[in-house]
Amino acid sequence: MSRLRTITRRGFLIGSAAIAGGVAFGVYSARTPHPNPLLEGLAEGEASFNPWVLVRADGITLITPHADKGQGVTSAQAVLIAEEMDLEMGQFEVSFGAPDPAYYNTALTSEAVPFMPTNESWGAETVRDALGGVAKLLGMQGTGGSSAMPDSFDKLRRAGAIARETLKLAAARETGVAVEDLRTESGAVVLPDGTRLDYTALASAAAGVDPVQDVTLRDPAEWRLIGKPTQRVDIVAKSTGTMTYGIDLKVEGVVHAAVRTNPRQGGALLSYDDSAARAMRGVSDVLEIPGGIAVIADNTWRAIRAAETVEVDWGPAPYLAEQDDHWTALADAFNDDQLDKTWRDEGDTSATISAATDVVQAEYRSPYVAHAPLEPLNAIVRVNADSTDVWTGHQMPQFLQRQVAAITGQTPDQIRFHNQFIGGSFGHRLELEYLKHAAAIAVQMPGIPVKLTYSREEDFAHDYPRHPAIGRGRGVVANGRVEAMEVDIAAPSVMASQMGRIGMNIPGPDSQITSGAWNNPYNIPNLRVRGFRAEGLAPVSSWRAVGAPGAGFIFDSFLDELIHAAGADPLEERIRLMGHEASRRVLETVGEMASWAGPLGNGKGRGVAFVESFGVPFAQIIEVTATDRGIRIDDVWAACDVGTVVDPVNFEGLVQGGIVFGLGHAINCEITYADGMAQQQNYYDHEAMRIWQAPRIHVRGLENGSKVRGIGEPMVPPAAPALANAIFAATGQRIREMPFNKHIDFV
Amino acid sequence: MKLIVDGIEREVDVEPGMPLLWVLRDELGITGVKYGCGVAQCGACTVHLNGEAVRSCQTPAADAEGAEVLTINGLGTPDALHAVQEAWIDHQVAQCGYCQSGQIMQAAALLAENPDPTDADIDDAMWGNLCRCGTYPRIRAAIHTAAAKLKEA
Repeated sequence: MSRLRTITRRGFLIGSAAIAGGVAFGVYSARTPHPNPLLEGLAEGEASFNPWVLVRADGITLITPHADKGQGVTSAQAVLIAEEMDLEMGQFEVSFGAPDPAYYNTALTSEAVPFMPTNESWGAETVRDALGGVAKLLGMQGTGGSSAMPDSFDKLRRAGAIARETLKLAAARETGVAVEDLRTESGAVVLPDGTRLDYTALASAAAGVDPVQDVTLRDPAEWRLIGKPTQRVDIVAKSTGTMTYGIDLKVEGVVHAAVRTNPRQGGALLSYDDSAARAMRGVSDVLEIPGGIAVIADNTWRAIRAAETVEVDWGPAPYLAEQDDHWTALADAFNDDQLDKTWRDEGDTSATISAATDVVQAEYRSPYVAHAPLEPLNAIVRVNADSTDVWTGHQMPQFLQRQVAAITGQTPDQIRFHNQFIGGSFGHRLELEYLKHAAAIAVQMPGIPVKLTYSREEDFAHDYPRHPAIGRGRGVVANGRVEAMEVDIAAPSVMASQMGRIGMNIPGPDSQITSGAWNNPYNIPNLRVRGFRAEGLAPVSSWRAVGAPGAGFIFDSFLDELIHAAGADPLEERIRLMGHEASRRVLETVGEMASWAGPLGNGKGRGVAFVESFGVPFAQIIEVTATDRGIRIDDVWAACDVGTVVDPVNFEGLVQGGIVFGLGHAINCEITYADGMAQQQNYYDHEAMRIWQAPRIHVRGLENGSKVRGIGEPMVPPAAPALANAIFAATGQRIREMPFNKHIDFV
Repeated sequence: MKLIVDGIEREVDVEPGMPLLWVLRDELGITGVKYGCGVAQCGACTVHLNGEAVRSCQTPAADAEGAEVLTINGLGTPDALHAVQEAWIDHQVAQCGYCQSGQIMQAAALLAENPDPTDADIDDAMWGNLCRCGTYPRIRAAIHTAAAKLKEA
C-alpha cells in the first residue's frame, strides 16, 4: 500500500502505465469502504444505510452526487436507487449531498488507460480496476467523461437493494414475520396479509439495524423503471421558471460582484484607474484580485457596467499572442522529439506507403472552440471565521475545496460546498478560475456573502477552449479496399493544461491528443496512429468529448477519403473493416435506419461517420441538399451502443441535442487569438446552431455492449465528419477544416 | 417607477436605463427570467411587454414604465400550467433548461398570434432563441402539441 500511496500523492496516473507493481495490493486496500457521511448528521429516528439513502419519518432523500448540467443525471441516479428500493418517482426528494470521499468516481479514470475501450481482456480490466482503486483512495468525486452511469449503475442499484433489505429486516423485527415472507412495493414493506408498512414509518426501527450487505440485484427482466420512460425530476421546474440555478440563489446580506481580469489568460494586471467606476450608483468598492479587479455593487448590472468602465493596463500573454503562430506551432510539432505516443501500429504502414505509387494524402484542422454554456459562470462565496460557504454548480467538489481553501487559508474540509443545478457546462464547470476570483473577493470581505456573476463577455474572454489540432493522413488503397492508413495528430495536451492549473502533474502521454482516432476498432491491414504534443499554445480545457471531436473528425474524414479513392461504398467498407462486433452492428443499424443505398443525385448527398468515444461506438449518417443558398442539413440517422439505455426519452433528447451541438460548432464556431486575446466575445461571433438549421434526427440505442456507458458526449464526435462526408457526396468538395463555413455556405 | 409584473403593481427605484431584465431579477427577485448574453443574441431573457415578446436585456426600465410585463413565472405555475408549459413537460424538452423560460415565452407569443404554426412559422418566430443543449427538435414538437391543446380549449 505504501508504494501506491506514494504514487498517488505524486499525481494522477491517468494515461500512464506506471502502476505496475502497485496494482494488486492497491486494489485490495482500496476496497475498504469510506465511512457513510450521512450517519454524522442523523437525528433520532432517522436511518441511513449507505451514503445514498436517507429515510426519515417525514420523507425519503436520495443523494445523487453527480453534478447535473442538464444531462438529467440527477434523475438517472435516482432511478437506479428507486428501482431496487421499490420507490416510485415522486416518493422521494433528491439532494446533491456534501462533498465526501464516499462518493468517489471509479469510472472517471477507467477509460484513461492505454487500452482500447473495446478491449475487455484480463490485462486491460485489471489496469482499469486498479485506477478505479486509485480514485477511491483519493476519494476523487467528479462528474465528466460520460462516466456518471458507468460509475453509478451497479453502485446505486446496490445502495437501493441494501436499503430495501435493511428495511425488510427492520420490519421483520418489528412484526415478528420472517424476512422471507416480506416483500416491498411503492415505498412500503408489505406483510403476507397485505398490511403496508411505509418505509418512513420504519425509519426509527431501521436506524438500529446493521445494513444488510448480502443483497442480490434484480434481474433486468423485472425492472420497472430502468429502460422505461420516466419524468425527469427537474422537468416541471425547468418548464415553469422555478428551477433555482446558482445564478438565481439569494443569500441574506449578499453583495454583487463583477470582475475584469486579464483577457490574455494568466497575464498580469499592470495598472488601473477605477475613478469612474467608484462614482457610479450602487458601487461600494473596487478591489484588486490576482490578475485583475472586482467591482462590488448592490446589483449585478451595476457591478458589470461599472467594471466595464475601469481603465486597465494588462500585461502580455504567457503564450503565443497571434493565431497564425498557434497553427505554426502545431505544424512544427510533427517531429520525433514531440512524438507523444504511437497509439496504433499494425502491419507495416511505412513500408506499404513507401512501396506504393499512389499515396492519398490530406491535412485537416480543428480549431479552438468555446464552451459558452448559457448560464454565465457565477458563484456565491462567504468566508466565515472557521469555514467558508460556496454556492455554485461544479463538477469537481474536492478540487473546488482545495483551491478555495488555498485562498482563504483554511483546510479543504472547512470549505462547505453547496452544489447547484447548472445551466449547461460542456466542460466549463470543471474549471476553477471563476471560483478563485470569487474567493479572492470574499476573503477581503469576511462574513459577507459575495455573489460573482461573469458577464457574457468575461465568460468568453476567460474560457479555456477546446484544444486545436492538425491532422495529417497518408494512405494506400488497392483492389477497391483500404490497405494502409497513417494518421498523425498534433495538439497541445489538454490534460497537462487542465490538471496543471490545479497543481497536478500528469505523467505519461495524453490519450486525448488522438482520442477518437486511435481507439476506433477497425482492422485495417496497415494502420498507424501517432500523437504529437504541441507546446506554447493557449491554455485549454475539456470540451464536450474532449479530444474526440477533433481527432474523430480527422480520422473519419481521412478514412472516407481513402474509401472514395478505393471506389468502395463508404458504409460497406467501414463495415468490412470493422473489427468489433457491437461496433459493426451499430454501422449496420444506421445503414438500415437510413435505407442506405449508394449515391442520391439531384444535389443530395449522404455521408456516414463512425467514431468511438468513452466506450460508445457511434455511427451517424447525414443527408444534405446543396441548394443555391448553400448546404441544407436535412436528416441525421444516429445509432450507438451504450450497453443499457437507462431512460429512452432522456437518451433520445441527449443524442439529438448533442448532434445539434456537434453540427453547430462544426459549421460556424472557432476561437482565434490576436494580441493574446480571444477575438470572439459573444454569441454573435460564436453562434452554433439555431432552430432553423436543425435537421430531423432519428435515434436508435443498441444494447449489445457488455458494459453500461454514458451518453453525455459520444454523439458529438461523429457529427462533424458525417456532415463533411455528406457535403463531399453532394458537391464533390472535401472540407478539411472546421468551422466549415470558412469553405462553404450553409442555408 | 411603477410596473405591472405578472399582474401585480410593483414600484422600483432604478436608473431609467437599467435593463428590464435586471429590474426583474435583482430588484424584484423574479429569477425565472434569465441573463444569457446581455445583447439580444440568445433570447433567454424574453418576456411579454403588453403582450408582445421582447428581449428584456435590451428593454430599458423606462420603456416598461406603466406597462404590463408577463414573465415565465406569471405565464403559469407548476400547479396551474400554461398549455405551452404543459407541452414542454410532456415532450421533456429541457436539458439544462436555462434557455427554456425564453423559449416558452417566445412560443406563447407565437401561438397567441398564430394558433396553427407550420415548422417554417416556428423557425421564423424562434430563430433568436438560442439553445446550447440543442433541444430544437423537441421545441418544434412541443409547439405543435401546445397549438393542438389550445385549439381544443
